[in-house]
Amino acid sequence: MKQDIILAGVGGQGILSIAYVIDNAALADGLAFKQAEVHGMAQRGGAVQSHMRLSDGTIWSDLIPKGEADMIMSVEPLEAVRYFDFLRPDGIVITSSTPFRNIPDYPDLDKVLDAVRKAPRSVVLDSEKLAKEAGTVKAQNIVLLGAASSFLILKEASLLRTIDTLFRGRGPTVLEANLKAFELGKKAALGS
Amino acid sequence: MPRQILLGDEAVALGAVHAGLSAAYSYPGTPASEILEYLVRLAAETKAFPAVWSVNEKVAYEEALGASFAGKRALVSFKHVGLNVAADPFMNSAITGANGGLLVVSADDPGMHSSQNEQDSRYYVQFAQIFGYEPSDHQEAYDMAREAFDLSERLGLPVLIRMVTRLSHSRSAVEIRDARPQNELKKGAGKDWILLPVNARRRFTQLLERQGEMVRISEESRFNVLRLDEKNRSFGVIASGIAYNYFREAAAGNGAPPSFLKVSTYPLPEGLIRKLVGHVDTVLVLEDGYPFIERQINGLFGVPGKTVLGKLSGTLPASGELTPDIVRLALGRKPLPSLPASGLPLAGRPPQLCAGCPHADTFKALNEALEGYAGSNVFGDIGCYTLGALPPYGAIDSCVCMGASVGMARGASDVGLHPAVSVIGDSTFAHSGITPLLGAARANADMTVIILDNATTAMTGGQPTYGSGEGLLRLIEGLGVPKEHIRTIEPLPKNHDKNVQILKDEIDHHGLSVVVAVRECVQEQRKRRS
Repeated sequence: MKQDIILAGVGGQGILSIAYVIDNAALADGLAFKQAEVHGMAQRGGAVQSHMRLSDGTIWSDLIPKGEADMIMSVEPLEAVRYFDFLRPDGIVITSSTPFRNIPDYPDLDKVLDAVRKAPRSVVLDSEKLAKEAGTVKAQNIVLLGAASSFLILKEASLLRTIDTLFRGRGPTVLEANLKAFELGKKAALGS
Repeated sequence: MPRQILLGDEAVALGAVHAGLSAAYSYPGTPASEILEYLVRLAAETKAFPAVWSVNEKVAYEEALGASFAGKRALVSFKHVGLNVAADPFMNSAITGANGGLLVVSADDPGMHSSQNEQDSRYYVQFAQIFGYEPSDHQEAYDMAREAFDLSERLGLPVLIRMVTRLSHSRSAVEIRDARPQNELKKGAGKDWILLPVNARRRFTQLLERQGEMVRISEESRFNVLRLDEKNRSFGVIASGIAYNYFREAAAGNGAPPSFLKVSTYPLPEGLIRKLVGHVDTVLVLEDGYPFIERQINGLFGVPGKTVLGKLSGTLPASGELTPDIVRLALGRKPLPSLPASGLPLAGRPPQLCAGCPHADTFKALNEALEGYAGSNVFGDIGCYTLGALPPYGAIDSCVCMGASVGMARGASDVGLHPAVSVIGDSTFAHSGITPLLGAARANADMTVIILDNATTAMTGGQPTYGSGEGLLRLIEGLGVPKEHIRTIEPLPKNHDKNVQILKDEIDHHGLSVVVAVRECVQEQRKRRS
């Protein structure tokens, strides 16, 4: 049993928080994991990705080989399309439809979403709307994690426990919003 | 044994702590910053040792060397180019030797994700003729850091661990073991540490005499693994560090892997290499960085009757980092099928200055102040403001190394270039800008230095800085810059016209002037308020 996931987004969108939750859930579930991430210059508003590998056996490479990823999970639709060459031909793309436009040549959004849907399996959701509904627009990353949760080889309880650990220190309102964001993302994905 | 989630950088740091670390020093730089970041957090909790962001890497090295002199275990860490800054004490510490264990961690950046070159720290291990480790995963990073301190004390020499970006910034679970207590204070033997020629000659001879022992230690290291396939004598692999992972990944699912030698220690385990090369006709050398092993195997004349493949042979790209995909092709396997490209033109998303960044306002003002000058030169430096090279600013003409902007502006001015402008951040100025400004002040060089004082080391995540605020202004004055040509601006859109005028006045002034642009980094401001 293994699962290789490309986490994608733009610097500052909370990719590393998603990775943190998955890492801890994997540890709790007794799985091996390796998660390569990007620090430094790229984090300043640039494209950011993390290679997340889960397995019940040995994981060799920290990087996912092209064609080996089972899932692309992206907080931004253009960034989801950027890593298609990492995805298996039968892989799944789970992405927000909310564009992050900080470049002058951002393509037409409809074309971006059409490109996303060229993947054999895709889940596209309005993370901005769902995060606002949950109580904070900052929880878009957790909306995505909720949307992906039904497709992950991790126990949902382990994910929720880590979200609790991650946000408990920031007060009950923030924690509640993130737990709700997870739930709304999950429901939206199952209904799509 | 408990398992803990750690970055590769953190695994080295925790291994050092559990080996009885008494002091840690560093200057921030990607991909090494997280080593001391982690130690600073641990030190704040435990109060067990000082973890210090030093003024620069040379200072950090000397601080660690002083702790080693005192008999305590010390760590110094930096990115690969930081070792250039620290090269003087580093090379000489191979002659003084270490008293308490001295661990040097140098993090290379193959592929230049966040660096200006991809130099390979293994050459420094060879240059100084000391012992080095190259971990392939997190557990090794932890275990090697622990072992490195014991070995450093056994050899009486500093030991280096070479990290690379992909391990430094990868997270995994590490099994940790009980901590060893710290050393007692025990001063180093005086004569060994006084590098007068008479002592240095003796110490250098002693260093040379240890080389055979180091090769034997390398050959016996449990981190080096030799596996010979008796049935296949045609092809084998030598892989070091993280390249070993790519090899095993690429070889998986295709029966047993070919004969291989995993290299994790330096000087090279010569006997093991002879066995592997002797066993097969063709050997593929996989290493992230320069062809360090490949070149040593080939020597000047190659190995008679053998084919050695790698970066020198053109089998692998000579630059950039290795990936599992590159290694897969080098092993003769087809690429895996993947989803076809979507056809959507993928607009690039390069890093950029944050919204509201003070540097953006300074660059806008500087660009306007320089309008009307043909061929003005703005010497940039290392930091977020290097992004001023990109559109829409296009505001700098050079970026070389820490502090270079000041010395380069001086040199350009000396030979007649005007205006000659240097743009440097407050942390970079403290690191390497003070000494060239002292020289420029003595000569009253016709140049303008703009110090971007955002009160932090922003690019690497907001580490403290030494030269900021009022203290920075006093420092500049103390260096001999005329007081009337030390100006401050507050880079905000509302001050634009005023700032342009101040910059123009100082650029027009035929002598040295320093303009300090004072406004806090927006990221740090946000952190402070949340």
